[in-house]
Amino acid sequence: MSRTEAASDFETVSETNLTRSERYRQLVDEFVLAPARIVWHDWRARIAVTIIAFFLFLGTVGVRLVDEPRTNQGDRLVGAFRTLEHPLGTTASGVDILSQVVYATVPMIQMITAGAVFSVVVATVVGTTSGYKGGAVDQGLMTVTDVMLTIPGLPLVIVLAGVTDIGGNPYLIGVLLSINAWAGLARALRSQVLTLRDAEYVEASRIMGVSTPKILTTDIIPNLMPYITMNFVQQARAVIFGSVGLYFLGILPYNRTNWGVMMNDAVSQAGATSSMVAFHWLLMPMLAVIFLSMGLTLFAQSADRLFNPRVRARHAKTVGGDDTDDEVSS
Amino acid sequence: MHYILKRTAQAIFTVFATITLTFALIRLLPGGPAQSMRAQMLEQGNDLTSEQINRQIEAQMNIAPDEPLYVQYAEYMASILTGDFGISTWHNEPVADILGSALPWTVFIMATSLFLAFVVGISLGAYMAYREGSTFDVSSTGVALLLNSIPDYVVALLALTFLGHQTGLFPTGGRYASGLEPGIHPEFLASVAYHGALPVLSMAVVAFGGWALDMRGNSIRVLGADYLHVARLRGLSEHRIALRYVARNAILPMYTNLMIAIGLMFGGAIIIEEIFAYPGIGFYLISAIDQRDYPVMMGAFILITIAVVIGVYIADLTYGKLDPRAKGGGSRESY
Repeated sequence: MSRTEAASDFETVSETNLTRSERYRQLVDEFVLAPARIVWHDWRARIAVTIIAFFLFLGTVGVRLVDEPRTNQGDRLVGAFRTLEHPLGTTASGVDILSQVVYATVPMIQMITAGAVFSVVVATVVGTTSGYKGGAVDQGLMTVTDVMLTIPGLPLVIVLAGVTDIGGNPYLIGVLLSINAWAGLARALRSQVLTLRDAEYVEASRIMGVSTPKILTTDIIPNLMPYITMNFVQQARAVIFGSVGLYFLGILPYNRTNWGVMMNDAVSQAGATSSMVAFHWLLMPMLAVIFLSMGLTLFAQSADRLFNPRVRARHAKTVGGDDTDDEVSS
Repeated sequence: MHYILKRTAQAIFTVFATITLTFALIRLLPGGPAQSMRAQMLEQGNDLTSEQINRQIEAQMNIAPDEPLYVQYAEYMASILTGDFGISTWHNEPVADILGSALPWTVFIMATSLFLAFVVGISLGAYMAYREGSTFDVSSTGVALLLNSIPDYVVALLALTFLGHQTGLFPTGGRYASGLEPGIHPEFLASVAYHGALPVLSMAVVAFGGWALDMRGNSIRVLGADYLHVARLRGLSEHRIALRYVARNAILPMYTNLMIAIGLMFGGAIIIEEIFAYPGIGFYLISAIDQRDYPVMMGAFILITIAVVIGVYIADLTYGKLDPRAKGGGSRESY
């Protein structure tokens, strides 16, 4: 008697049935159109996507439009914005700086991708498992993570590059630069999971007998997506900063030019910090670094909005958004 | 108490792991330091016997190549832990002396810039969150984003070019003016601050933007939380809400970042020291790479790691005071 009443809640069938095409339209709206609308709505995201697309363009089409850098392409140390043939000027050996900047984009994108993917994947697996499982698994994983977290990354990379022969493969260098970068994100994710794992809806999934991997992927990780995306982008930036810095110090091996190598040459071959004649040689690669990381930083900023359910709902047409709850009150 | 013990054990374990790593790199890597040093000595000739070469490697690297591996490991570990880092092959001085005098300078510029950046960053970030959407917020966010996108060594190079070489406002190298007697007197301290200004500022200027943005984001998230509505309904003062409710919960997620920053900053300081020819530990690390001076290289790496371990240890012990959840959270076995 009371049994039927109690069970009735679970037996209720949704009153609205969606046809297949309606469901697809809803999915497209939710996962493609709504994010696109959010991106278009937010000036930061618009600039970020433009900048990142610009560098991708340089790395793919740009290298076909610009001549490969080689010595004596023009006069020595032509200043920036003086001639049309060499808009960004030339180096002390007459190499066109524009072509160097463009050609250095390709290995840079490869390094960034390898490093960011590596660190985010390792961090997500370690962090969520550790936080959700708790106990011995947590302790084991966190011991390793803490050791990795504490050993300072750049000195470790410097020492490894100093004693090993890693070669100039950009993918390998990207991973090497992120060798312990996952630890920070893993620990941060773990503490987020610790506060999430006792949430009512997670508790409900557990009682319903949903498996741990399924709970992690459907209940826990979506909540961490803004965090993960932001860290993906931040790691991408860290790889840029680290690689350019170490190339500037002349520590990493390379087989194609890099913005850091350009900076090193500018300072060591022409004394660009003390003589203004060569300053453009130092400045152009620095601007490239700043410009690209600016794009990534802006993207990380707007990623927060992209995954914010409230903002999302406002931009999705098929999901009933709560328009009344406009931005968090100040 | 249990927590403190655990953290202490962990800190010691990290140091052990690091020393084990350097041992493995020196001894086990094919073509690594041990082999390359032997090759170097054979090349120089001097008719050294194998025995003499082994003795020299032992003196410089604390590794006796003719002993069994586990004995080498034990001896290496023992000598490092007693502060014997070997002898520099380049300077021909004990590594501990060279690095020991350099480390305080690195810690000085690093800690000063980290402190400056953190305090300025979180104050600015909290204020931006409270004024979300205002002109102040938008313009500060823009500036913070821009600064956050600039590597510290770029700022350092620009500072060196314009504030150092071009205008001569600041010194372009060194820890203090030459000819000054080190000691606690105003003239020396002023010179130290003057020489440290550009390195400290180059690191702080780019870092505070990141802290401000983090703090702003966290504060905004906290500002939307239900318990804040409740706190407001209870009629608590804005001051109390800002400090006890918003600031505390917003700083919390940044605490792990602070620990990471300690490690990152030590790494960043290497490039900065090289640019400003500031003889800190990073400066010696880079020279050691160029000179293939393995004892200094490994010693610098171990010392930097120990410094970071101590920094993180102190930061971690205060974490529980901020977040009561952090204490028991990880220890109970669940699901």
